[in-house]
Amino acid sequence: MTAAIPVQTHAFRLSISGMSCAGCVTTVENALKNVPGVTAAAVNFAEHTATVQGNVDAKTLAAAVTTAGYGAAELRGVEDELEKEAAELAHYRALWRKFIAAAAMGAPLFIAEPLGLLPMLDMPGGRIFWLLVGAATLWVLVYAGGHFFRGAWKAFLAHNANMDTLIALGTGAAWVYSILIVAFPGMVPSLARHAYFEAAAVIIALINLGQALEMRARGKTSEAIKRLIGLQPKTARVIRDGAERDIPISEVGLDETLRVRPGEKVPVDGVIIDGHSSIDESMLTGEPMPVEKKVGDGVVGGTLNKSGTFLFQAKHVGADTALAHIIEMVRRAQSTKPAIGRLADKISAVFVPTVLILAIVTFLVWHNLGPEPKFSYALVATMTVLIIACPCALGLATPISIMVGVGKAAEYGILIRNGEALQQAGKLTTIVLDKTGTVTEGHPAVTALVPAVGWDEDRLLAMAASIEAGSEHPLAEAITVAARTKGLQLSAVVGFEAIAGHGVAATINGKRVLLGNARLMNKFHIDPGSLSERVRELAARAQTPMFLAVDGVVAGVVAVADPIKSDSRDAIARLHAIGLKVVMITGDNRATADAVAREVGVDEVMAEVLPGEKADKVTALQQRGEVVGMVGDGINDAPALAQADVGYAIGTGTDVAIESADVALMRGSLHGVADAIAISRATVRNIKQNLFGAFIYNTLGIPVAAGVLYPLTGLLLNPMIAGAAMAMSSVTVVSNANRLRWFRSSKTL
Amino acid sequence: MNTWLVNVTGLILIGLIVWWFWFYRPKAQRAIGSQPIEIIVMDGVYAPARIEVPAGQPVTLRFLRRDPSPCAEKVLFDSLSMSADLPVGKPMDVTVTPPQPGEYEFTCQMRMYRGALVAK
Repeated sequence: MTAAIPVQTHAFRLSISGMSCAGCVTTVENALKNVPGVTAAAVNFAEHTATVQGNVDAKTLAAAVTTAGYGAAELRGVEDELEKEAAELAHYRALWRKFIAAAAMGAPLFIAEPLGLLPMLDMPGGRIFWLLVGAATLWVLVYAGGHFFRGAWKAFLAHNANMDTLIALGTGAAWVYSILIVAFPGMVPSLARHAYFEAAAVIIALINLGQALEMRARGKTSEAIKRLIGLQPKTARVIRDGAERDIPISEVGLDETLRVRPGEKVPVDGVIIDGHSSIDESMLTGEPMPVEKKVGDGVVGGTLNKSGTFLFQAKHVGADTALAHIIEMVRRAQSTKPAIGRLADKISAVFVPTVLILAIVTFLVWHNLGPEPKFSYALVATMTVLIIACPCALGLATPISIMVGVGKAAEYGILIRNGEALQQAGKLTTIVLDKTGTVTEGHPAVTALVPAVGWDEDRLLAMAASIEAGSEHPLAEAITVAARTKGLQLSAVVGFEAIAGHGVAATINGKRVLLGNARLMNKFHIDPGSLSERVRELAARAQTPMFLAVDGVVAGVVAVADPIKSDSRDAIARLHAIGLKVVMITGDNRATADAVAREVGVDEVMAEVLPGEKADKVTALQQRGEVVGMVGDGINDAPALAQADVGYAIGTGTDVAIESADVALMRGSLHGVADAIAISRATVRNIKQNLFGAFIYNTLGIPVAAGVLYPLTGLLLNPMIAGAAMAMSSVTVVSNANRLRWFRSSKTL
Repeated sequence: MNTWLVNVTGLILIGLIVWWFWFYRPKAQRAIGSQPIEIIVMDGVYAPARIEVPAGQPVTLRFLRRDPSPCAEKVLFDSLSMSADLPVGKPMDVTVTPPQPGEYEFTCQMRMYRGALVAK
């Protein structure tokens, strides 16, 4: 069949940067209009925005504007989410209305019948009464249950069967049978003359109630996303034409200047151009300490400005901010599924038709072998089988736990890319930690100053920094940064000379100054004296000590090292506590690697590994039968992160562009790895509980509903009880998943 | 009632269920050119539910969700490791590329909404 499929057009709003004059407007408009599919494009120069209509996507439009030499980003706010909430609330209320209507009809009958308050069919006026009840029940089926019947019919036409099919068949059969009995009582023996109108109404009521409760519980499962969305402020203080004014966040354009005052949230991503402040980024990174920011530093939308006022330039707006990317990534991960859920998927694919067949078999068995009135028994058992079967609990078991687990992880600054990573994390046996930037801070710093007699720390550091000011070595940078931080005055350097493998030499204030290792001292026949002992000690603790000599006399020792993160040791202890072997991998020499390993307590060290060999080392571990988690800080670790069973990219801050890792940790602490593994394990455990519950429920519920216990105990389930059980089974699954929201990191215990 | 008649009817019904839900393959709607294919999400079904697309080429599906119940809120392409959130009443474009000929199922989270891309 080939048919034209109607296509709707979209409206987009873009923020355009780089437009300096009215002439640019035409250029941008033409660029947009030339995109295939665009039907209209208008640029607002004052607002620096463009409104585009057509059958295109925002990325293509942005690319066209970029090609024309301008910047563009789609403006998309939180309205989508608010609209979704409004639609959900309306649906939730409709479910309650339907429940009340169906219950108001079914409950009085349900209560009155066993008390003998209802007329029998063959009593005077009995048929009229039951016909009226039948008409009222029909109204309930149409008003409160119409969507089940509509869904069942449409699914049937599409060769599909779903939960609606089961409910519609169960309640529909009850109503048709009952109305036939009322209309033609002679059709069945007098014993079987029982109408099931109340069952149909009560089942519809209970299922609507169950769906309302499930919806309520489901709302909580997406709390993490809502919290992230809630981080974004609604307005921003923009400076346009020299005047400050508050505008909705969705109207902030690229490159606009914005002001943030103390206690306010940063509205979008950008770079500080004036002022400084400390900013609390904990809501995004999970890192509790505020971060100092000054001119040139990046700020991230959604973070909280603590102390100062600053101006910044917007660099990412709308759907392009880090927060928007994080929300998108969490959303995407929430809809992925690990292998553990696949069996449930296979079963649910054939579930409903199988239940239909079981229902027919049930009917036939009762009809052939059951006691009188056979037809009534057969009908009740069939109806109960249809109603009790719950494909939803089975289908929901995995995704709902993933949703809560991934959301919970996001609260800890842990972005899990897919459900598979969750499942693999539970199987890990070994964690490989990259040393630099993962176990250590990743940038060298001055860790010790040991002045000789007659010198003090500041003079020693100032002299060392002066000589290193001209060097580009990373160790030199650590020394000059330390001096600058202390506000020390540096001296002019003459005749700077780098002596490869030894150190540097220069003349400062007419004095010959040397800075370097023991070999440099030997070369110039300088006796380091008692400081040699300190140097050996420092070297044994993975530091790089350097002697400073002035006019042939040692003035002191400056030690530089890549400091170990303060909590690495505790975090590694946590990894040990959950039964993992911890391996550290580094390109550094063995002595330094061993020294760091001793400090933090890892089990195995792989030193002097070239960057390209890290992935091979991971493979070697995997060949030994280990399930390997690799923790690295980015680009040079990318192949190893990809090779590992689970790759953790650490300390990516708010830059979530690391694509090679399965899990991105937004704070720098290794505790994030331990937390990520703990959350993963808790989530997989939760999925297993849900799957087990759903399997047991269906595999026990359906046979009991069919009446397998009847020959032994005389037990035959009431279809209304089956309705209640079915309604509660999905609620139970969702509620169990919600328990994950109470997960707490053991770090804070 | 005649037991034989009931039994035979029951068995025929079982046969029909097996054929209708498992063996019958409805014709797929074919994608035209590079235009997005609009799929209405309502009353428990995707319409159209079977769509024929060329293998190895990206195809854009425009989902329009009219069902506000949470069942319809996500569409998952398990075998393509893709998914999307569907806003109520607003079109949502999902571009997928079926790598080779075959059937690629798309479903809601509970797998009650079901559809398939038939890549040829």
